[in-house]
Amino acid sequence: MSRRGVGTDCAPIMSKAAKPFRPVAITANDLRSGIVVFRTEAGEWVTDATRAEVALDPATAEAMLAAAKLDHDRNIVVEPVAVAFDPASRLPVLLRERIRAQGPTVAIPGSV
Amino acid sequence: MYRYDEFDRSFVLERVAEFRDQVARRLSGELTEDQFKPLRLMNGVYLQLHAYMLRIAIPYGVVSSRQMRKLAHIAREYDKGYGHFTTRQNLQFNWVELARIPDLLAELAEVEMHALQTSGNCIRNVTADHFAGAAADEIVDPRPYAEILRQWSAIHPEFTYLPRKFKIAVTGAPHDRAAVQVHDIGLHAVRGADGKTGFAVYVGGGQGRTPLIAHKVRDFLPEEYLLAYCEAILRVYNLEGRRDNKYKARIKILVHEKGKAEIAAAIEVEFAQLKGKTLTLPEADVKAISAYFAPPALDKRAATSTALEAAKAANKDLSRFVRHNVTAHHAAGYGVVTVSLKPVGEPPGDATAAQMDAIADIAERFSHSEIRVSHEQNLVLPHVKLDEIPALFAELAKHNLATPNAGLVTDIIACPGLDYCALANARSIPVAQRLSERFADIARQEEIGDLKIKISGCINACGHHHVGHIGLLGVDQKGKELYQITLGGSADEHTSIGEIVGPGFPTDKVVDAVEAVIDVYLGLRNGPEENFLDAYRRVGAEPFKAALYADA
Repeated sequence: MSRRGVGTDCAPIMSKAAKPFRPVAITANDLRSGIVVFRTEAGEWVTDATRAEVALDPATAEAMLAAAKLDHDRNIVVEPVAVAFDPASRLPVLLRERIRAQGPTVAIPGSV
Repeated sequence: MYRYDEFDRSFVLERVAEFRDQVARRLSGELTEDQFKPLRLMNGVYLQLHAYMLRIAIPYGVVSSRQMRKLAHIAREYDKGYGHFTTRQNLQFNWVELARIPDLLAELAEVEMHALQTSGNCIRNVTADHFAGAAADEIVDPRPYAEILRQWSAIHPEFTYLPRKFKIAVTGAPHDRAAVQVHDIGLHAVRGADGKTGFAVYVGGGQGRTPLIAHKVRDFLPEEYLLAYCEAILRVYNLEGRRDNKYKARIKILVHEKGKAEIAAAIEVEFAQLKGKTLTLPEADVKAISAYFAPPALDKRAATSTALEAAKAANKDLSRFVRHNVTAHHAAGYGVVTVSLKPVGEPPGDATAAQMDAIADIAERFSHSEIRVSHEQNLVLPHVKLDEIPALFAELAKHNLATPNAGLVTDIIACPGLDYCALANARSIPVAQRLSERFADIARQEEIGDLKIKISGCINACGHHHVGHIGLLGVDQKGKELYQITLGGSADEHTSIGEIVGPGFPTDKVVDAVEAVIDVYLGLRNGPEENFLDAYRRVGAEPFKAALYADA
């Protein structure tokens, strides 16, 4: 099971009736380096969240996640998951996932 | 200082080679993530919020200049130029690439370091008083016992798959600086009536989602039974600890559910089987290991340094530094120096590669190449001549390492929080930064006096908020960060768990709330000699609640 499970930002894809679908993007960590990556429409994994493919309906989201899981099985990425994504800002919705996308909110020591 | 023996050396090298093979097989796809994850965790490799994180063991917080230089090199070559000293006296690198970790571990092994048992349900790195072997109030140096425990617990086959992780802390002075009563086993060295060394043994303490103070199960355990008794405790835990629920699997829950009397009796039954057999510590071996920790050759010196006193009179900053960051040494004319990793506005516990190199050089010049890591996320130079403190202070200042705030309100413990940690619900570091900026005025800090603020970004409590005089726990409330305040916690020989005072505060209000608590304290204390904790214990939570929730 993913670290990003229930109660964080794992947007329901086959949602239980009542909840309206929220746009999602697919994120994971690169197996080799561990860095946070997002899946583009072309199926690439990139660090720039603004290039992520955004699913606007459940069927697309399902297909995107299935493709991402294949990349997991091909040992390209680990822990692929769909996260709620704001198509306007092109960033994840929740703070946790925004920090994953953009890095720590504090300066890297020695960098300034 | 203790050095690896041949067994340690060959074992660590074998483990590096084994992990190199495991990483190669993972990258080639021969191992799946599910297969690989427990293997990487056994080597201290986590997948955190942004990247892989490597947690390096610093046994009982003791590190040499040579080792610190290697850590600086690793920070520079394998990470982003810094590391994070943790509340378990370890060091974490936040940005390591999996493919390079085997090389990193091989470099670490060159200086007798590793990342083994820094994760997993095993006996973790044994922690100890960071002033060990130097403090004036010490009865006995806890490091030889911590080292004996390290040797016993390293790859102990019976205790590699415990119900949950297991933490042991040892202290050797009446004043407990190692927080032993909030550990799975806490060992507090005492002298018996015959002058022999023994331990008061505490079992079942811990923080996390269920904070509990350990129970004292032995007033005096003779030194020779240290391992037999610890093994007895671990056996009881290994057999009876819960494995069905991760959140109820620590020994503290077992002790809490069974009660002190039943657990103590069960330990004694196991101990009776082990007592006097192979685990009895031979006096000669204790002496041999203690010899590794013999203090360096210290000169015979006058108790007071006229050079230091003159320098202090001429330099107010130095005077402050000595007042707060220099502790009495057992040898006349020496001091124990705390190097604060809490400069105003910086992340608590972080050190850059340049600072690590500087500390290594400074320790070599001023402290016999010895450095300690404290669980309060500072570094310590244990053996400094008082005469040389002015020069030391000047060197530290060049590297932003001379902040004179040890034990004061800005000497804040903070976990990595949501900026780095996959488990966190809220950020810790920015709150610590804003608090240290709010209280940056050193004169104000001195007026407030001894005060420990501890911040955790989730209920796992790596920031020790339960035992902060003022504790902050970050929670996620419907996508917003909220901070609960606890008051009255302490992790010394009078350990107490802080009480939650009421509803939490949003991030933009929490610094004001802490300031309100401190203002209440300043208004009600019986003079500056009554510190925050004493005042809180005298008056209770009510005056603080009244100020915090006046508008409620």
